[in-house]
Amino acid sequence: MSTTIVIRGATVVNPASVEVADVLIVDGIITAVGGSHDADVVLNGTGCFLSSGFVDLHTHLREPGKEEAETIESGSRAAALGGYTAVVAMPNTDPAQDNVETVRFVRQQGIAAGLCEVIPSGCITIGRLGKQMAPYARLAEEGVTLFTDDGTGVQDGHLMQRALMLGKQLGITMAQHCEVASLTKGAVMHDGECCSSMGVPGWPSAAEEQMVRRDIDLVRATGAKMHFLHLSTAGSVDLVRAAKAEGLPITAEVTPHHLALQDELLRGFDPVFKVNPPLRTAQDIEALKTGIADGTIDAVATDHAPHAGHTKEQPLDAAPPGMLGLETALGVLNTAVSVDPQQIASLMSWAPACIADISERHGRPIAVGEPANIAVWDTTTVWTVSRDELSSKSRNTPYHGMELRGRVRHTIFNGELVVRDGKALK
Amino acid sequence: MKHLLSSHDLSVDDIVGILEVADHMAEINTRSVPKVPALRGKTIASVFFEDSTRTRLSFETAAKRLSADVMTFMASSSSLNKGESLRDTIETLSAMGIDALVIRHKSSGVPQTITQWTDAAVINAGDGWHQHPTQGLLDAYTVTREFGTKDSLAGRNVAIVGDIKHSRVARSNIDIFRRLGAHVIVVAPPALLPGNVESWGVEVRSTIDDVLGDVDVLYMLRMQLERMDSAIVPALPEYCATYSLTPERAARMGAGSILMHPGPINRGVELIVDPADVPGSRILTQVTNGVNVRMAVLFSLLGSGATSVLQQGVES
Repeated sequence: MSTTIVIRGATVVNPASVEVADVLIVDGIITAVGGSHDADVVLNGTGCFLSSGFVDLHTHLREPGKEEAETIESGSRAAALGGYTAVVAMPNTDPAQDNVETVRFVRQQGIAAGLCEVIPSGCITIGRLGKQMAPYARLAEEGVTLFTDDGTGVQDGHLMQRALMLGKQLGITMAQHCEVASLTKGAVMHDGECCSSMGVPGWPSAAEEQMVRRDIDLVRATGAKMHFLHLSTAGSVDLVRAAKAEGLPITAEVTPHHLALQDELLRGFDPVFKVNPPLRTAQDIEALKTGIADGTIDAVATDHAPHAGHTKEQPLDAAPPGMLGLETALGVLNTAVSVDPQQIASLMSWAPACIADISERHGRPIAVGEPANIAVWDTTTVWTVSRDELSSKSRNTPYHGMELRGRVRHTIFNGELVVRDGKALK
Repeated sequence: MKHLLSSHDLSVDDIVGILEVADHMAEINTRSVPKVPALRGKTIASVFFEDSTRTRLSFETAAKRLSADVMTFMASSSSLNKGESLRDTIETLSAMGIDALVIRHKSSGVPQTITQWTDAAVINAGDGWHQHPTQGLLDAYTVTREFGTKDSLAGRNVAIVGDIKHSRVARSNIDIFRRLGAHVIVVAPPALLPGNVESWGVEVRSTIDDVLGDVDVLYMLRMQLERMDSAIVPALPEYCATYSLTPERAARMGAGSILMHPGPINRGVELIVDPADVPGSRILTQVTNGVNVRMAVLFSLLGSGATSVLQQGVES
């Protein structure tokens, strides 16, 4: 028995057009855009934009290993509420996603939750230890397209070059967490004026930029494509801009928090603002925004990083880095940055779907015959974030009490309505 | 003011006020029974997660001379070793009914962090590289009383020599000395200067020889030997050649200038001269003043505010 869904009155956002049209979905496929239709489920889209569902390139779901902080089900629910129909699950689980069994498990748990597509990433090195390459071909056969040691950068340039060469051969993408470890020992926050007066070890911009620079050289040498995760500094944006002008196959993401929050927030020593890479300065934020405006930055990715309450109730230097992001991403982006609906759809859906190599299912045009992975969202609703109302198992949002503008109303995943009027249906 | 977390919590008036109360305390400490009932019935817990000799004993002595009850928490023999969290430790202590927590911790920001878990007043007795406000106050007391200038250090030159970057004493002292009007010079190898130190309103000079003749106060910091092993400073002899106080350098200190050090001293490192041989050394005066100033801080945070109680004695 099939369910039909119609979304009425929304402004449909496509790369070539932005216009009001009703959208009809039958059996998981878009069967009409425009015209007037009846359906089993009628959704109000008035005042909203309707685009392909969002795709998060950077989600920590914590399962397996840290189910007290998040499970694939709870994280998937947070994702659906944020308008995501696909998330790339970062590999720093326990065990790490460096083997077929773990990758299959993550994918299966995502299917069981049924709230969005959970796409496991793979490790670049076994155990993310930076020593020995993971079995890329075996993992690629399992559908893994993005490989990263996220949480740590690959320090060994020789190993990284070999990984890029194999990546090119296999048609997969290496994604780098850019951090030269020798420059960030014990680092707590951005190495600037604030850090200096607070008396904590600093994380200098150079530690990120040095690895961006090295990897650009390796991409030039190998011709392999590469993705830069969560860039945070003005210098990184300049390096990527120049590399793209050269025609190198490089893509880059920024997080909502690096666009909205700066290092000054750490003055109260609250670990909720501790993240890696760290919150930086107003000048860095401006440079990231310029990078979005001129296309240097391709995607906005959350780096959603849940942590159980007690692990953040520690001294700032001992607390783990990371903050929640899935349910607030649209609102933060729309509040912090001047972007139009097509830019939002491009940064949060179209470009990340291409980078994750899932553009046959996600980030598609809203057109007849296309799979129904859809987000319906607005850019006007003003709402106050409450950590207690988020559906993530953890509470470590830096936006608690903050007003955001823009919110997701409905999410349709594979033709199934999973979020209606801002409420998860399962 | 409920807590004392940082020198920045204090206005200049607050600082001058505490130093004036410390004068009362100094008088008490000259009595045959150096004790007043000012904090009778108050319970103060000294909670040191990091080793300390002078600061812990100084606070505990100060509390006892004000007739407070003192509980001592020793991290090494506590349930921290059974995995008890910082929050649970603080909540447990607080549940026993205490009025103030005196906190020492190796991590910057811990005194501020724990204020959310307790109703007691929190006094920072040194956190990481961040702050050591009572050290700043006792040093300001020592210098102002030395020069008889009470509430001002205007026109005075203070040089702080050594590991500024990793020093909570430097952060508190630079702030307090500057706001009392002193000109502060820092002397350190580049890797031991905090980033953006110029924005703190201090002058930077590169060798101890550059400051000896110019300063009223030569403030030597403890040089932690472990810094030498982590590629932060070169070998010890090279450090000493530029930054240590030798007998020859001590002889070149101006008449009337004083030598200070927060302790513990690394003899043979920052002080190659025996401080007992330096007429201007006030290193033990600092320790004595520490009790006066900590009595003043405890009284200011927990006392009735009426200094008349300080005139009373207690039965011996």
